[in-house]
Amino acid sequence: MYAYDEIDRTLVNERVSEFRDQVKRRLSGELTEDEFKILRLQNGVYLQLHAYMFRVAIPYGTLASNQLRALAHVARKYDRGYGHFTTRQNIQFNWIKLAELPDALEDLAKVGIHAMQTSGNNMRNVTSDQWAGVAPGEIEDPRIWSELIRQHTTLHPEFSFLPRKFKIAITASDHDRAAIKIHDIGLKLIKNEKGETGFEVLVGGGLGRTPFIGKTIKHFVHGRDILSYIEAILRVYNQYGRRDNIYKARIKILVHELGIEKFSREVEEEWQHIRNSSLQIDDEVIEDIRSRFSYPAYEKLPHMPDELRQAAADADFEAWRKNSVAPHKVQGYSIVTISLKPIGAPPGDATADQMDALADLADKYSFGEIRVGHEQNLALPHVAKRDLPALWKALDKLGLATPNVNLITDIIACPGLDYCSLANARSIPIAQELTRRFANHELANLIGRLHINISGCINACGHHHVGHIGILGVEKNGEEVYQITIGGRADEGAALGNLIGPGVKFDEVADVIEDVVEAYLALRERPDELFIDTVKRLGVEPFKERVYATR
Amino acid sequence: MTSPLEQKKIKIAGPSVVTANRTWDGIVVYRTAAKSWSADLSEAAIVRNSDEAKALLAESVADDVGAIGPYIAPVQVGADGKIEPGNLREQIRRTGVTIGQSAQV
Ligand code: HEM
Ligand code: SF4
Repeated sequence: MYAYDEIDRTLVNERVSEFRDQVKRRLSGELTEDEFKILRLQNGVYLQLHAYMFRVAIPYGTLASNQLRALAHVARKYDRGYGHFTTRQNIQFNWIKLAELPDALEDLAKVGIHAMQTSGNNMRNVTSDQWAGVAPGEIEDPRIWSELIRQHTTLHPEFSFLPRKFKIAITASDHDRAAIKIHDIGLKLIKNEKGETGFEVLVGGGLGRTPFIGKTIKHFVHGRDILSYIEAILRVYNQYGRRDNIYKARIKILVHELGIEKFSREVEEEWQHIRNSSLQIDDEVIEDIRSRFSYPAYEKLPHMPDELRQAAADADFEAWRKNSVAPHKVQGYSIVTISLKPIGAPPGDATADQMDALADLADKYSFGEIRVGHEQNLALPHVAKRDLPALWKALDKLGLATPNVNLITDIIACPGLDYCSLANARSIPIAQELTRRFANHELANLIGRLHINISGCINACGHHHVGHIGILGVEKNGEEVYQITIGGRADEGAALGNLIGPGVKFDEVADVIEDVVEAYLALRERPDELFIDTVKRLGVEPFKERVYATR
Repeated sequence: MTSPLEQKKIKIAGPSVVTANRTWDGIVVYRTAAKSWSADLSEAAIVRNSDEAKALLAESVADDVGAIGPYIAPVQVGADGKIEPGNLREQIRRTGVTIGQSAQV
């Protein structure tokens, strides 16, 4: 957990009173909507189809149990009893009243939560691996650096009016759970030959209308130089970024148009001016941040406790354990992923009651800590293995033990036309139908790891380009039509999917996906050849044939 | 979302209404003939040609304290005068999400 210092607490509180005043002036008519819009966006307030939507940041995906309870409270008191976890370690509330927003913000501020920079053309929530600090083999906790960048960029005047939004993600593991290659800047924590900590820096990744995989701009930037290096990138972006055209305003377009060589030369030149400035980070600063992250007092526990041995006889428990429980860096502990993808339900939603109950379980079994991942699931990061059976029973009662993590029903989906004012088509009902089609656990298990990602328009909030199967909703003559891609991935081998053919109608999507999956099962070389590997080996053609031969 | 500015040259294809979100709580509202806002589509003012639409929109935009983001949306008017939304988006705005909410109010 991270403890905010006085500066941050003051900042968050001042922000609430400032926004309270702005809302008051808006409601009295003193501020017009045109004047107010940018102010509300700076506080995470959008206008959606049905109401205002309120987006709250969960920095690097780490939540304390009291913070999760505060989110539950907001869902219950100011909203309709649930919240939606997004792909960028945020939570969204869909029905907040503007008049009550300052109160909601104030309640959140009490536990150090805010909504600053969750929208608008600024530096968004810096995201990280949801297993940070507990993943075996990690170089070091990437959240220390996420926090450093968060502090530096929060309300930074130079970065508050960028050409467009700007997203950074950090990972410290070889397996990338933070999707750094589809971020404006992706940082991979590494050590150089001397054993010093630094970063491989990627730039220009992003999805949306024009998707790009990020490119490495520098193989090693020393930790002490990371702020100046990021600042150099942002300055080049600020100077050349296309403010004239919203579709070309993201840094990915600039990197693409200049070419990575020219872009990196510009950055290098800028960097040489500023790298030895006050932006160079003292070890003390890092140590201070490090000291504010607290880690649990782990016990010395056996690798295979009796409780676990006994529970192994229960097939349901085993199904869940195999799929939701991952190794922890400390012996005797595990990381438990909590699926927010029950069969038939909207991906990523959690009710206030579930959030409260989960906060209690975190207190009981995970040193009061919860994590939020970009796959729209949660995790308990420090569960003693002996507690796994008891935790599983408790989660099951709450509807939070669906054994489908990383399987075909663990779908990422944006809100789509059910909520979003930019949508062309619905996303959530497609996800719901697919989870019903593949509800059978044996079937899902037989298929193995397979990520389906769904977006309701070209903005790609559901990351459809990088889904093993991607589904993009578009509108054609007033009808919802869905384009299907295969072969995308969001991890260290990030790739964009390829279209399998013409779009299909709402009612046909689930049938088509079934066909794609059947084709895979028939085509795979071995039971452990993953869908994504079969597609890589054979290309789109055999899948296309299967889907369109009879349509 | 189409902004009112883009709709300035609007040619409406059939009966239409002006819809927006109420400023203080964000709920979906429709402009009424009484120059006010209602959450009930049956109370919406119906416009049938582009001049009427433009006038209704202009009046709605001016009432910025009442509601935000006004735009013209198609409707269908039955023989009995019953007003129904003219497309899926407006249907969803009127009746709510199509997915069963995660928690009921
Ligand atoms: C409901 C309100 C939302 C609105 C109005 C919205 C708007 C947008 C827009 C306009 C873009 C494209 C930006 C660009 O390419 O320049 C975008 C991208 C994105 N949004 Fe959303 N979004 C919403 C909800 C969400 C949700 C619920 C999620 C997560 C499930 C999400 C995560 C993302 C991500 C990850 C991207 C693409 C990555 C990138 O930045 O290139 N957004 N969003
Ligand atoms: S992808 Fe489109 S429909 Fe989905 S949330 Fe983003 S903007 Fe809305």
